[in-house]
Amino acid sequence: MQTTEAIPIAPRARSFNPYWEAFRRLRRSKSAIVGTTILALLGFAAIFAPVLSSYDPTLPLIGVENVTKRGPPCIHLLGCPSDQPEHYFGIDGNVRDVFSRVLYGARLSLIIGLTTVSFAIVIGTGLGLLAGYSGGQADNIIMRFMDVLQAFPSLLLAIAIVTVLGPGLINALLAIGIVEIPTFARVLRASVLSIKELDYVSASRALGGSSLHIMLRRILPNALTPLIVQGTLGIATAILDAAALSFLGLGAQPPTPEWGLMVGQEYKNIFNAPHLTFFPGIALMLTVLSFNLLGDGLRDSLDPRLAQKGFEGRV
Amino acid sequence: MIQYIIRRILYSLPVLLGIVFVTFTLARVLPGDPCRAVLGEKATDQVCDAFIKRNGLDKPIPTQFVIYLGQVLKGDLGDSFRQGRSSVAILAERLPVTIELAIAAMILATIVGIPLGMVSAYWRNSPLDVVTMVGANIGVSTPVFVLGLLLEYLFAIILKDTFLRLPPSGRLTSGLVLPSLAQAWGLTNLTGAGATTIGFLSKLYIFNALVTGHWEILADVLKHLILPAAAVGTIPMAIIARMTRSSMLDVLGLDYVRTARAKGLRVRQVIFRHALRNAMLPVVTVIGLSMGGLLSGAVLTETVFNLAGVGRTLYESISARDYTVVQAFTLVIAVFYVSVNLLVDVLYAFLDPRIRLS
Repeated sequence: MQTTEAIPIAPRARSFNPYWEAFRRLRRSKSAIVGTTILALLGFAAIFAPVLSSYDPTLPLIGVENVTKRGPPCIHLLGCPSDQPEHYFGIDGNVRDVFSRVLYGARLSLIIGLTTVSFAIVIGTGLGLLAGYSGGQADNIIMRFMDVLQAFPSLLLAIAIVTVLGPGLINALLAIGIVEIPTFARVLRASVLSIKELDYVSASRALGGSSLHIMLRRILPNALTPLIVQGTLGIATAILDAAALSFLGLGAQPPTPEWGLMVGQEYKNIFNAPHLTFFPGIALMLTVLSFNLLGDGLRDSLDPRLAQKGFEGRV
Repeated sequence: MIQYIIRRILYSLPVLLGIVFVTFTLARVLPGDPCRAVLGEKATDQVCDAFIKRNGLDKPIPTQFVIYLGQVLKGDLGDSFRQGRSSVAILAERLPVTIELAIAAMILATIVGIPLGMVSAYWRNSPLDVVTMVGANIGVSTPVFVLGLLLEYLFAIILKDTFLRLPPSGRLTSGLVLPSLAQAWGLTNLTGAGATTIGFLSKLYIFNALVTGHWEILADVLKHLILPAAAVGTIPMAIIARMTRSSMLDVLGLDYVRTARAKGLRVRQVIFRHALRNAMLPVVTVIGLSMGGLLSGAVLTETVFNLAGVGRTLYESISARDYTVVQAFTLVIAVFYVSVNLLVDVLYAFLDPRIRLS
């Protein structure tokens, strides 16, 4: 007689969820943690700007308070006489509170980054999908056009476009959005090319799926990873370029509390009022840094194949 | 190899044509009336008609494009509406500033970035590596104009009374004069292309001071160049350092490197003779790609440091609606950028035979 032995049953493995897996890797990434923390602080500053500062970002304090034009920061805890009004980041050339301008600037910068990149992603994704999926002439025409767009240094092209459209924040955003399109079109096209020959796409086609259905429901969801990474890094570039345009006077117009514009209006006073360049400059740097760090972390966790590579793809 | 180069050049032609088309279109759709922008609001219709006729602005757009294309091929980039002289002459005057700035920035970025990346890769995860990589991240995130201004404040104000003091703006200390090469070589009766070329070379202050032996002026020019070059060079430096690190790490993990170590070669020999050359491939690409960013950075840096270079001029011409100058400058910048990319591809193929064979 044969004895039967109980076959040990392995504990049921938790079903594998790639998103959960990616999130676990993301939590381990130091750069993602630092990036998210800075971003959370910025988000907090942006949302609660009216609570954190009692001053209006655009209203001059002439006749309201006894403060001097381009006055240095005054913090009571750091020895500023308590009979003087407290201004953490000082007063600007139009006698406004710089701290509240920097806080409100966070709103603007985050909005700028998100809107321009969303615009570029929508158009770039469309073009990239079309080029990669249809191939042939369409691919050739679209990609050569992208080549031409990329043959101009990004800021110079943005300057040229703003010149045609006229200066202003909305036009500057449009210009930066246009300049960023080729990056996304390229990224998406590359993914599409590698995906469209896979069996499950052929299967969908054999089942009678339309081209649009295959592109949007079968290919796009599987090409999202590089797009998310590139999108996050693209936000950093967009904020930098928008600030540069405003610095040159082509973007946001006074009295908008935009960081680039704040530096642009006061940079000639760097020798007697460095705080007017320093605070908006540091705010800009931190914002861009947070998106760069988050982008790096996302790349490492979402796409392990790309891990270890730096920001070489976007110069 | 030659076949590969020819193929790459042919590939660039449509892009170049596209660039000419885009710059042409941009200049045509610029808002505002070029005539009144140049001659003033009070110009009469009659005067304006003559102006438009003289500059060929009355012909159909396609005809204007063909005429423009023919002129470009002949090296004639048109006359500035505003200054009444040729765009090429203006370019010859402004380009040297930007060339010096770009070269200095690139040299700085390369000679600092590559060793930093190598050190970081070799002592991976050491405090040195962490500091370098955090620094690289901050470097790539700082707006060029903010960095320029902060450097200016640090070296011209805070360190004013030390030997580290550096001038905050301009190319030369006022009072110092660098004679043009035409004067130095006694070529005062040159005209046309010769005069433009000599003028261009004279404005390359470093070159001029070197060949004419004005050492004091050379030192002064270099001192003025340090801060703007550091401002423009920081982003490429950060990118190069990071790229060198990651590519060095890839290479150091390969079998042939281990073999080289195993047969008893010293670490230094393995790194410099075996690993570095292969690790440099992606770095070369990154250096080439950075040239575009360098030009964008130049516009901002030239503004901050008050330098009359290409970027500054382009920006001023756009504000003044000086079509032809805008066209000429964008064209030259884009062509330069495409050529650099071409050069990078060729260099890449030279370094890696697999590319030119595929």
